Amino acid sequence: MVHVSATPVLALRGVSKRFGAVQALTDVELEVHAGEVVALVGDNGAGKSTLVKTIAGVHPIDDGVIEWEGKAVQIGKPHDAQSLGIATVYQDLALCDNIDVVGNLYLGRELKKRGVLDEVEMERRSRELLTTLSIRIPSVRIPIASLSGGQRQTVAIARSMLGEPKLVILDEPTAALGVEQTAQVLDLVERLRERGHAVVLISHNMADVKAVADKVAVLRLGRNNGVFDVKTTSQEEIISAITGATDNAVTRRAARNAEAQK
Amino acid sequence: MNTDKTSPTDLGKPHAAPVDAPPAADAASTVVDPRLLVREQGLTGYIGEFKRKVRAGDLGALPVIVGLVIICIVFQSLNSNFLTAGNLSDISVAMVGTGMIAVGIVFVLLLGEIDLSVGSVSGVAGASFAVLSILHGVPEWLALLLAILSGTVAGAIHGFIFARIGVPAFAVTLAGLLFWNGFMLKILGENGTINTNGSGVFYNLSNYFFSDVAVAYGAAVVAVAVYFLSAFFDSRRREAAGVPSRPLNEIVLRTALLAVVAFAAAYMFNQYKGLPLAVVIFLAVLIVTDFVLRRTSYGRKIFALGGSVEASRRAGINIVLVRTSVFAISGTFAAVGGLFIASKISAANQGAGSGELLMNAIAAAVIGGTSLFGGRGRTWNALLGVLVIVSIQYGLALEGVAAAVQQMITGGVLLITVIIDAVTRKTQKSAGRA
Repeated sequence: MVHVSATPVLALRGVSKRFGAVQALTDVELEVHAGEVVALVGDNGAGKSTLVKTIAGVHPIDDGVIEWEGKAVQIGKPHDAQSLGIATVYQDLALCDNIDVVGNLYLGRELKKRGVLDEVEMERRSRELLTTLSIRIPSVRIPIASLSGGQRQTVAIARSMLGEPKLVILDEPTAALGVEQTAQVLDLVERLRERGHAVVLISHNMADVKAVADKVAVLRLGRNNGVFDVKTTSQEEIISAITGATDNAVTRRAARNAEAQK
Repeated sequence: MNTDKTSPTDLGKPHAAPVDAPPAADAASTVVDPRLLVREQGLTGYIGEFKRKVRAGDLGALPVIVGLVIICIVFQSLNSNFLTAGNLSDISVAMVGTGMIAVGIVFVLLLGEIDLSVGSVSGVAGASFAVLSILHGVPEWLALLLAILSGTVAGAIHGFIFARIGVPAFAVTLAGLLFWNGFMLKILGENGTINTNGSGVFYNLSNYFFSDVAVAYGAAVVAVAVYFLSAFFDSRRREAAGVPSRPLNEIVLRTALLAVVAFAAAYMFNQYKGLPLAVVIFLAVLIVTDFVLRRTSYGRKIFALGGSVEASRRAGINIVLVRTSVFAISGTFAAVGGLFIASKISAANQGAGSGELLMNAIAAAVIGGTSLFGGRGRTWNALLGVLVIVSIQYGLALEGVAAAVQQMITGGVLLITVIIDAVTRKTQKSAGRA
């Protein structure tokens, strides 16, 4: 694990969220430090997306406290989260196909010079940013439509880096990506960590989680079901935390296999 | 699966230079991917790039320009009066009204929407000018301003209902088409036609010519010089910042092409009555709107909305404001176009803004190369498109072809254009440039 600061960048204390009759989150605790990748895992409907949306300000929390660098904060709308320094990359990347890479990176926060778009400066900084993140795309002046899925994902992540966020939330960044593209995105996640960003990574893919995460926070039915250190925990332990029992289809199968091997 | 290596960008151009992806480590230090087809320096590279773009379906203005050349050849061979200075000058003045409306349509099409009310709104503008200035004695300048504002307000109302309440733009502006046409008939009153003065600012809009030959040539010189200097300094700035820039010989080539067109047009106008004021205003509008669309963050927002509404929302773009303002712009240009049309016939009458005007304006924008699907197009498209439409109209009129046949032919041209639009879109998709 890379250097971890004493005060977490983001800490959730007893966060709860209700949607009508559904208790989506109950007393959830989560801590993310600078330079740390926390994987958030859980089955479908475990509350991962809801949790991310409460952090990103899409759904305000009902109960509990969100602490940002040790201080309690209110995150009522997406703008609050952004001004704190939280950047979220959603599963649907929300890029404009008809606009080139530079335009997409700077969409909504264009650099201007005397009221006119400063294309030269934007292009220069885009190249710089992509170089520091070692992102390889054919050209910064081609429309997003001509990029592959993995390249689009890296552009979307690079876009979230422009505001120099302290915390980056990635929602299923490797879903629907090929082998090489997945590796590129995981490389990028590691580079974010090296640069001292805190990263929350949502993933269903245990291989990805084991590859880049430092900690794994498991959610089950809207509650915490353990936080594990990736290095000292086996994949089976994590999976049993996700599925919620030691006696289930997965463990039974593992036991059967072990027996068969004997 | 490696989507990169099998991407259609590479498949579509097997003939072109470096295609193979090298090992990742080699290129880790550079942002420019070696798979990108790097253009060779010099003129050969320029031609190669052009061929590649055409093959990828990125035709740009090429089909329209080819179409215009064909139109000129056909009508000139049918009637030697077609390519005379007088006829071409008439075409240039006549196209301005429809062209102005088409500029507004380009803005709306960039959003991927449509504005059906522009014809009626243009009629309202002409009628309100005539009523205010002739019947009520309002000063001409003020009446002009109020007439233009009437278009802005009408457009803003359509835009607000579309953007805020969420009624499809098609339905809102269809209601607008009926409402504003009725409104125009109402304010014109019983006599139906109001003749405007044979002099003054309004009359000059379509009837003033800079008879001094120096004006047309001067304008051409200024246009060429400004184009060259801005392209040159832009390229220098890019070079200084270390980003790819346009080579000097390409800038010179483009400037030379512009110079040929500009001086030919100036010569042609000077052979007749001189440079028409209407054309000067139209070109100024095209330059300003093109600048707004491509060089300001407002223009960027319009393109973004045409590309992906959700992405725009997440980027913090005020969608309601941009949509409302785009319809307000469309209404404004409809009003300006209506004033040019009324000025040309020196009257506001009940037929203004109805009939084929709406369809001609939309057709002009689309024929010029603005995509019906949003996010692709330039205001210069309006100029090329309207040139095609008005040239056909004038050419057929010279031949004495009936209006009915004219409409059929214009419809056929529009159909060919949208087919080209759809086909190039497909080609562009498979070449990864859509």
